[in-house]
Order: sequence, then C-alpha cells, then structure tokens
Amino acid sequence: MADQKGMEAHTLEHVLESTLESVDGAEETVLKEAEHLGFDEDDLHKIGISLRECMVNAVVHGNRYNRRKKVHLKVIRTADCLTIVVGDEGDGFDPAALPDPLAGENLLRGSGRGVMLMQAFMDEFQISKREPQGTEVKMVKCKAKTE
Amino acid sequence: MSVKLTTRQVGDVTVVDAVGRITLGEGASTFRDTIRDLAAGGHKKLLLNLAEISYIDSSGIGELVSGFTTVANQGGVVKLLNLTKRVQDLLQITKLYTVFEVHDDEAKAVQSFK
Repeated sequence: MADQKGMEAHTLEHVLESTLESVDGAEETVLKEAEHLGFDEDDLHKIGISLRECMVNAVVHGNRYNRRKKVHLKVIRTADCLTIVVGDEGDGFDPAALPDPLAGENLLRGSGRGVMLMQAFMDEFQISKREPQGTEVKMVKCKAKTE
Repeated sequence: MSVKLTTRQVGDVTVVDAVGRITLGEGASTFRDTIRDLAAGGHKKLLLNLAEISYIDSSGIGELVSGFTTVANQGGVVKLLNLTKRVQDLLQITKLYTVFEVHDDEAKAVQSFK
C-alpha cells in the first residue's frame, strides 16, 4: 500500500513472548524504524516511552506474564508517520473504568499513569477489543510539518 | 543500563545521586529498595538528585511517588533536585509538580530542609 507521497509503507510484524525482555526488544525495533523515518530526539523519546508503556501493559496487565500468551507487535512506517499496533491475548478491560490519574485522590497512587502518557506523547491513540481475545492498542506519531 | 544510586550526607540531609533509567524491572525495584532502606534507617530528609536520569517511565514515576509517601509516613520529606527537561515534562503531565518540591541548586535545596 502506498501513502500520499507514493511511498510504499514498510511493515514489520512480530509475535513476542510475554516477558520484560520483549519490551526491550520491541523498543529497539520501533526506535530503529522511527530513526529511519527521521524523528528528532524529543519525538524518539516520546515514541520510545509510549511503546514501553504499551508493551508493559500487554505483558503485565494483559497477558499477566503467561508463557502461553503472546504479544503481537505491528509497526508500519510511511514517509511521514509511524503506526504502532500492540495486541495482547488477555481478558480485555474497559478503558472507561480506568481511574483518572490526575484526580486529587489518585495523584499519590503508585500506578495508573501509562495510558495518560501514551495519549500525551502520541498523535493518535486508540484502544479496542482484539479478536478473538485480548486488547489492541494503536498509536500513531507523525513528523512535524516543516514550512 | 538500569539505575545506579549513590548516597552521601550533607549535614542531616541524605542526597541520593541517581544515574541511568528508572523503568519497570530492575531499575524501579532498585530505586524502591534504596528509598525504603533509607527510610527504615531513619533518614528523614532525602534529596533525590535526578540530573543523570536519562529515562523514567510510569513505573519509575510510581516509585518516586511511593518513595515520597513511604518517607512522609515516617515523618520525613523527599525533595527533588536537578530534573532533566524530560523528567520535568513528565512531572508536568502527571501533575506531580504539585506534590514534589523541586530544586535546581543543591546548596539551596539542602538549606530548604532547615
């Protein structure tokens, strides 16, 4: 498939173990693609941290480190944008039920800030149910337009 | 690289110099254990120097907050020193600037505990 500039999209797909080592490996893979696309240091940091948060959620909260469950990573690079899709095989969850980490009563909680960081750092962020089982997160980051 | 923590005393203030990454796994657990050990050892005035922290994720932020409450529950105080731009941004996004006292001058930070 070609993007608006006529450049073929470059797609990578990996099926990963539910381990923290997979988080490091996925970060390396995604950052390599992001560097290839030409993101600046600041955006690379935002993409890296978002990917880590997403992978950690899939491994820890989705698959609960279950060796039989896999994490599905898809990275699509076009001329201007990087799309990252992370799927787990967990029981799924209701995003609307997540506590607001900025509410006064939650400020001192030790967890619950990952989704907020991904939303803040990426241009697009979507959570959906993965078929046949689990949760899928799609995140998009595009290069800033230069005049 | 995970996180490396070194402690030193400046008067009655314990300065913790942190270098590396505070992320889920070894980095976050090293950080948690160090703060808990210091609190258990009666160190009530902790100044966390984060100048050399290159990366912190939501688990790392969670450990900062947990460290803050652990020490506060024992009558102590945790303050932050020398935040990088990226850590500053994270504290802004998470509204934790309203929780932590942040300094960029060690001598003044130490004085602020008096």
